[in-house]
Amino acid sequence: MSSVADYAHPNPVTENRSGLIGKAVDRYEGPLKVTGSAPYAYEVTPPSPPAYGIMVPAAIARGRIVGVDATAAQASPGVLAVWTHLNVPEQAPRGTRVHPRSTAPSRPVLEDDRVRFFGQPVAFVLADTLENAQAAALLVKLAYDAETPDVDFHGQLAKAEMPPGEEDVEIGDFAKGFAEAPVKLDATWSTPIQNHCQMEPCASIAWWEGDKCVVHTSVQMVKPAQHGLAETLKIDRDAVHLMTRYIGGGFGGKGQTYDDITLAALGARALGRPVKVAYSRQHMMHGTIHRPATVQRVRLGATKDGRLTAMSIMTTTHCQRDGHFTEHASNFARSLYAAPNRLTGHRLIHLDLPGAGPMRAPGEASGMLSLECAMDELAETLGIDPVELRIKNEPEADPETGKPFSLRQLVRCMREGAQLFGWDRRHPRPGQARDGRWSIGMGMAAAIRGNFLLPAKASFSVDRDGVITVRQGMTDIGTGSYTVLAQIAAETLGVPLKDVRVEIGDSELPPAPGSGGQFGAATAGTAALAAGMNLRAAIAELAANDPASPLHGGPTEAVSFQDGVIAIANRSESLAALIARAAPEGLTVEGEHRPAADARNWSQHTYGAHFCEVGVDQVTGETRVRRMLGVFAAGRIINYKTARSQLTGGMIWGVASALTEGNAVDPRYGSLVNQDLASYLVPVQADIGELDAIMLDEADDKANPMGIKGVGELGISGAGAAVANAIYNAVGVRVRDYPITPDKLLGAMLAG
Amino acid sequence: MRPFTYERARDPQSAVKAAAETAGARFLAGGTNLLDLMKLEIETPQHLIDVGRLPLGQIEDAPDGGLKIGAMTSNTQVAADARVRSRYPVLTQAIVAGGSPQLRNKATTGGNLLQRTRCAYFYDTSKPCNKRQPGSGCGALEGLNRNAAILGASHACIATHPSDMAVALVALDARVETLAPDGDGREFPLMELHRLPGETPEVETHLIPGELITAIVLPPPPDGGQLYRKVRDRASYAAGLSSVAVAGDRVALGMVAHKPWRAAEAEAALSAGASPDEAMAAELEAASETGRNGFKITLTARLGAATIAEAKGIRR
Amino acid sequence: MKTTITVNGATRALDLDPRTTLLDALREHLHLTGSKKGCDHGQCGACTVLVNGLRINSCLSLAVMHDGDEVTTIEGLGSPETLHPMQQAFLTEDAFQCGYCTPGQICSAVALLREVEAGWPSQATADLTGKVVLSDEEIRERMSGNICRCSAYPQIVAAIKRAAEALA
Repeated sequence: MSSVADYAHPNPVTENRSGLIGKAVDRYEGPLKVTGSAPYAYEVTPPSPPAYGIMVPAAIARGRIVGVDATAAQASPGVLAVWTHLNVPEQAPRGTRVHPRSTAPSRPVLEDDRVRFFGQPVAFVLADTLENAQAAALLVKLAYDAETPDVDFHGQLAKAEMPPGEEDVEIGDFAKGFAEAPVKLDATWSTPIQNHCQMEPCASIAWWEGDKCVVHTSVQMVKPAQHGLAETLKIDRDAVHLMTRYIGGGFGGKGQTYDDITLAALGARALGRPVKVAYSRQHMMHGTIHRPATVQRVRLGATKDGRLTAMSIMTTTHCQRDGHFTEHASNFARSLYAAPNRLTGHRLIHLDLPGAGPMRAPGEASGMLSLECAMDELAETLGIDPVELRIKNEPEADPETGKPFSLRQLVRCMREGAQLFGWDRRHPRPGQARDGRWSIGMGMAAAIRGNFLLPAKASFSVDRDGVITVRQGMTDIGTGSYTVLAQIAAETLGVPLKDVRVEIGDSELPPAPGSGGQFGAATAGTAALAAGMNLRAAIAELAANDPASPLHGGPTEAVSFQDGVIAIANRSESLAALIARAAPEGLTVEGEHRPAADARNWSQHTYGAHFCEVGVDQVTGETRVRRMLGVFAAGRIINYKTARSQLTGGMIWGVASALTEGNAVDPRYGSLVNQDLASYLVPVQADIGELDAIMLDEADDKANPMGIKGVGELGISGAGAAVANAIYNAVGVRVRDYPITPDKLLGAMLAG
Repeated sequence: MRPFTYERARDPQSAVKAAAETAGARFLAGGTNLLDLMKLEIETPQHLIDVGRLPLGQIEDAPDGGLKIGAMTSNTQVAADARVRSRYPVLTQAIVAGGSPQLRNKATTGGNLLQRTRCAYFYDTSKPCNKRQPGSGCGALEGLNRNAAILGASHACIATHPSDMAVALVALDARVETLAPDGDGREFPLMELHRLPGETPEVETHLIPGELITAIVLPPPPDGGQLYRKVRDRASYAAGLSSVAVAGDRVALGMVAHKPWRAAEAEAALSAGASPDEAMAAELEAASETGRNGFKITLTARLGAATIAEAKGIRR
Repeated sequence: MKTTITVNGATRALDLDPRTTLLDALREHLHLTGSKKGCDHGQCGACTVLVNGLRINSCLSLAVMHDGDEVTTIEGLGSPETLHPMQQAFLTEDAFQCGYCTPGQICSAVALLREVEAGWPSQATADLTGKVVLSDEEIRERMSGNICRCSAYPQIVAAIKRAAEALA
């Protein structure tokens, strides 16, 4: 078991001799993506022409299917099969895990007559063409015995219960601390259901090669997808070859598979030909998981000079009837500000809604929308600048665990951000700045997001041309995995980037956890570094033992790797020459990394500060983001370009959370009212003004041997609060019910 | 989509004849709304008559100093026309406030007028909707109807007409030219094209079956300023919550009713010397709230007053 | 139905179900999968292609409507070995992440430059009778029919400016 102390040893990445680490190199797979030649799952060419599958979503939210009339669908042109729960091929019962180490259990499709949520796939049509399948799917007639769905989140807050296995966390005596505080804030925020809206709807194509199921799908995590499908199909895990090489957005929503993969596999087996299945955009809204709504009560107690004496954030949220996912919107607060008396916790309500699940920065994305506005309100009450208030409450060690921070540069993010943004031009009093019909305001918020490292493996090969190939069951959902793995490989083996190949997104490659929780780059990268170091050792050994090599005799520990040349002092040869001569078939080694056991002795996070300037139309209450800047501290940055894109993308998600995004539930039907991209409003280009992210130059030597952390979720954390605070500064009213749409804001402005 | 047959119309006369003679026939122009609805089986034509290439794609000067805009002109073409930009800027402003460049390149003038509501209950075929399925009820009436009509709605339907372009055309006092299946042409004010929902929200216009819009005729531009403003939940590429077109002394409102709404009361009040705020108050006296859309009354009053004032150069 | 469409310069004779959209004809029949299906309802722009030089949503058009038309898809602009200046600019500026909206963005951006050149107005054009200038605001408004959920919006603006310079 490694120790955090080992992380301090220099390695090729931290030494960065060729300067590739941190460099803003273009995306590895970029040329394919900008030319439309990267095949996403539905676009993979199968060995023979595919049949097309279309799912039929349930039209009720809760009840039973009491009648199936597939006659018309069956008779429709080109139809090859129509399945419901009555005739779907056999699958393992839900939750089966024949292999004890399967990372996901079975999840059968068209399982039974029970409808658990609106949009649940309840029938499946296979046809020769897409048009025939789509037309026939609309001919499947299902009769339901509908029950009244229970979806009223806000009406049942009082019935919320403690999530299973959890308890509130209290430090000190919150009630007493809050009661005795000279200055108090007690306010409640609400956030709506949100949908990931990845541009690529979930899709799979499958075919069988004998007993082996080959499937290309769009999923963030390879192994659970492979294992879950194998368990469902009741076949060996190795009998599923799953690939997910290009993924059109994930954001947590593709952390799991959905019915498309199982139906494609079952369909392909039944028809003896490839089958492809995709969710429609409308079906994505209900058929895949969402970020659940929250209600968050924040209480802050402070001294008149701005020291927090009591702090509480209590979140109520919801998940599906048979689920247990909890949006942990209070957790981040446990490490953010110092306060002796603290209370945080969650309550959960089970509803007849589709599955709740992780969406980009689960917890922080919702939770920081309350606390970071509460801090802004408190700052105003106290007459203290919001940046200064936060600095006054900067803890020296983790305020709950007492553990030292591995590296915490939150204050620097805020100070540098304030200076770069021109924060000193902000009027402390709201409603002071105008530009034509626009009221102008500035707001800021802090950002914090946990840092995680998981076990992973990777393999490295070198061939006779000196080309290094990284292979790993990792995924790239737009995050830059391909690129950072290539950079790590190039730097570790001392070869130019053009001599590196990256193969990921394949269940037959050494496993990595995939993309999620902003652990991807660190986790996959650390395993890659380990494999790369093993390859260096193997190459050194090969050279030292090869009488024809100038490096013959070693010492192996003295071998250097640079520009495709291996050398010991002035003895050198090209890597390609060595391999071509001494190992013409090439060399392949594996490596793995397991997180240090003592890593938990440090409180590890990524940090940032958002600054935003908005305009609010005085007539209509419309808000436009004019400028936004984020300054972030997230360890060593492998690729400044892809990291910046992740951060700015996250910030724009924050803008959307503040201004436009949310699904409304119609309680009569248990369905979401907005079911497409015309009514679920993600930002468009015109919504985003001048916006940038910069990263502090740092390395966290407690995080991993490379000192890198994640950035994928940090950007959204707190961003929406900065927008909301800017709105307040513009017009002097607070809307605590997100998103802050013109109707709500204008109403508040007129109410004064 | 349900199976359908397709033909490309050779000329307007044969198009209307085919439309009248073929069961379940519909005209297909740009397709940007019809195909959207056909994919959801909200529209289920059995036969499509593609009128997109009919020779109705010209914008011509009219003898009276106005313009005649062929029904098959694209929204982009009209918005970019130099005569429209200089003499009917409100029309250009309204067109570019709707959809996206891609949609406007394909959508036609005639099709834009006939586009159907964006009401969520109309779009979700698992819900009741009198417009989609007459007699099934109105899901929006007691639903999440934040963007429902505040003027001229009925208990059967509270949907709104989504067009931006039509609002400007109404303010410009445009007229519609059509060709009927019997070969007769007629011309009438655009204001008379659309209907209020009443008991039959599925009937949206006064066109007779098979009647084809062939052109829009603009009278000479009115004296006075022109301006279009639209409020929506994001900065672009989104349905409106409310819109206002001002052209000289005429005012029209969008996204507040089942049809583009000519604000006759406001116009009358303005000509009687009322302030823009007073004029909008007069217009919205008849406005009514259904559930959650009450804010639209306030919003429209404010937007209307501000837009009128700006167009007329009135300081408030 | 027999339909002949010129795609990326090559004449393609197709026999299609009238229901087949231009997008599905490209993806499923011609195996040109660069044009993406993000929403299939004209609400995202991922399917944007150029028809007779104009950008449209290929999902909201039947293939049979395009008999005799000239269609340019992302594959017709450039290849990984020979990138179009707009493709190169998107790569350089990192104007994409997952890449799924990217072909539509690039086709849209190529058309945008021509539309600005032609002086067509947008919602961001203050002076409707004057010359249209390729400002950031104009780019943002004119690219708003292409949703990027990864939200590479600032980078897309930078890429279009870069390409405009390269093409000037």
